[in-house]
Amino acid sequence: MAFMELKGVHKRFGEKIVLDGIDLEVERGSSLVILGGSGSGKSVMLRCILGLLHPEDGGVWIDGRETTGLRGRAREEILSRIGMLFQNAALFDSLRVWENVAFGLIQGRGMPSRQAKKIAIEKLESVGLGEMVGELRPSELSGGMQKRVALARAIAGDPDILFFDEPTTGLDPITGAIIDRLIVDTVKRVGATALSITHDINSARTIADKIAMLYKGRILWHGEAARLDESGNEYVDQFVHGRTEGPIEMELYKL
Amino acid sequence: MRFIILLGDTILSAFRETGRICVFLSKSLFLGIQPPYFWKLLLSQMFRIGYLSLPVVALTAFFTGAVLALQIYYGGNQFNSESIIASIVALGITRELGPVLAGLMVAGRVSAAIAAELGTMRVTDQIDALVTLSTNPFKYLVMPRILAAVLVLPLLTIVADVIGILGGFAVGVENLGFNPSIYVQNTLDFLERDDITSGMIKSAVFGFLITSMGCYYGFNSSGGAQGVGRATTNAVVASSILILASNYILTSVFFS
Repeated sequence: MAFMELKGVHKRFGEKIVLDGIDLEVERGSSLVILGGSGSGKSVMLRCILGLLHPEDGGVWIDGRETTGLRGRAREEILSRIGMLFQNAALFDSLRVWENVAFGLIQGRGMPSRQAKKIAIEKLESVGLGEMVGELRPSELSGGMQKRVALARAIAGDPDILFFDEPTTGLDPITGAIIDRLIVDTVKRVGATALSITHDINSARTIADKIAMLYKGRILWHGEAARLDESGNEYVDQFVHGRTEGPIEMELYKL
Repeated sequence: MRFIILLGDTILSAFRETGRICVFLSKSLFLGIQPPYFWKLLLSQMFRIGYLSLPVVALTAFFTGAVLALQIYYGGNQFNSESIIASIVALGITRELGPVLAGLMVAGRVSAAIAAELGTMRVTDQIDALVTLSTNPFKYLVMPRILAAVLVLPLLTIVADVIGILGGFAVGVENLGFNPSIYVQNTLDFLERDDITSGMIKSAVFGFLITSMGCYYGFNSSGGAQGVGRATTNAVVASSILILASNYILTSVFFS
C-alpha cells in the first residue's frame, strides 16, 4: 500500500483548470520528484497535498488516512509529521536562525526553548552550518545558507514526510548540487518519504528514486528515475533534453 | 447602460469585500479565543503599537490642543468668551480629538506597518510556512495584533487627552495671558468622567478597526511588491474611513 496517495485530484481557479485528475502514489521511504515546466500545476499540487489549497474533487491520503479537508487537531497532527522546504526558503525575518529552526518545536509542540535550541543547533550542524550561524538573522545569510537553514527547519521535528519545492531554484550550480546532496543524505538519514517538485533535470536525477512528469495538470509519465531517458514519451523527452521544438512548444504556441 | 453595469459591479464587489472582511474577523476571533495564547507576542505588539506611537500621538495632541485654544480665542473674542476656552478645549480633546487623532495617527503608522509586514510574509510564503509548522496564523499573527491595539489605544488616548489639554493650557497661559489656576479650575469643572470613558471606548473600537484592516489586507495580499504596496494603501484608507464613520456612530450613541 502506498504511503501517500492522490486520487483524482481536480483543482481550478475560475475557468482555468490547473489540476485535471491527478492520480499518484508514493511508496514509504522513497523519493518522488514531480517534473514540470512553469505553470504546469506543480506548486498547486503540492499546496493541495499540504492542505493549503482545497481540491474541488478527489483527495489525498497519507499513511492510509484521508487528509483532504482535515481541520483543527487532526490537521495539526498530520502537519506535525510533515517537513517542508519552500522555494524561497520562507524563513521568518524577525527571528534568529536557531529560532526559525526551533519554531515548530516550540510553537507547534510546546517544547521548552532551551531544549528546542539544542535540537536546532544539532540540525544546523547536520546541514553543515555552525552554531554561530544560529545567532544570525536570515537576512545576513546567502541564498544557499538560507536553503540549508530551511532544510534544517524542515527536519527539526523528525518528520515522516518531506516536501521540497524547487530546492535548487535561484542557486548557482555548485550550491545547487550541494543542496541536492544534502537532501539525499538527509532523506536517507531520517528515513522519510520525500516528494519534490522541480524543473531542474539534474536536481531531479540526483534526488529521485522515481519521477513523474506533470503537464497541464496531468501526469504524463511516471517511472523509475533511471528510466527517464527511455520514457518513450515525447513530452518527457522534449522537456528532459530542453528542446525548443516538440509538442510542448506547439501547445504553448497555441496559447 | 454601461454606467449601470459599472455601478452594479462596484456595489457587488463592495458587498463581497465586506463579507470577506466579516468572515476573516469572525475566523480570527473564533480561533483567537482558543489556546495556545501567544502572550510574549501580545506584549511585543503592545510595545510596538503603543509605546512607539507615543511621540507622534503626543505631538499631534499638543499642537491640536494649542491650535484649538487659539481658534476659540480668535472666534470667541468678539463675544467675550475667552473664559470658555479651557472647557471647550477639554471637552473637544477628550470627547473627539484625542481618540480620533490618536486613532488616525496610529492608523497611518500601525495599520500600514501591519499590512506591509503580513503582506510580505504572504508573498514570501512565510504564512504558509507557519501553517506547515503546525501554527495557526490567525492565532499567531492576527489575534495578538488586534488584542494589543484594543488594549493600548485607550491608554494612548489618555496620554493624548492630557497632552492636548496641556497644549491648550500652554497657549492660554503663555500667549493669551490667562490665569493658570483659573484655567485648570475651568478645565476640571467642565470635565466629567463620561467624557473620558467615552473617548477610551471609542479608541478601543478604533484600535480594533485599525489592526483588523492592516491584518486583513496584509493577509490577503498577492502579486509581489506591488501587491504589498496596494495592501498597505488599502489598509490605511479603509481604517481611516472606518475611524471617522464609527466615530460618528459612537458619538450618536454616547451623546444622544
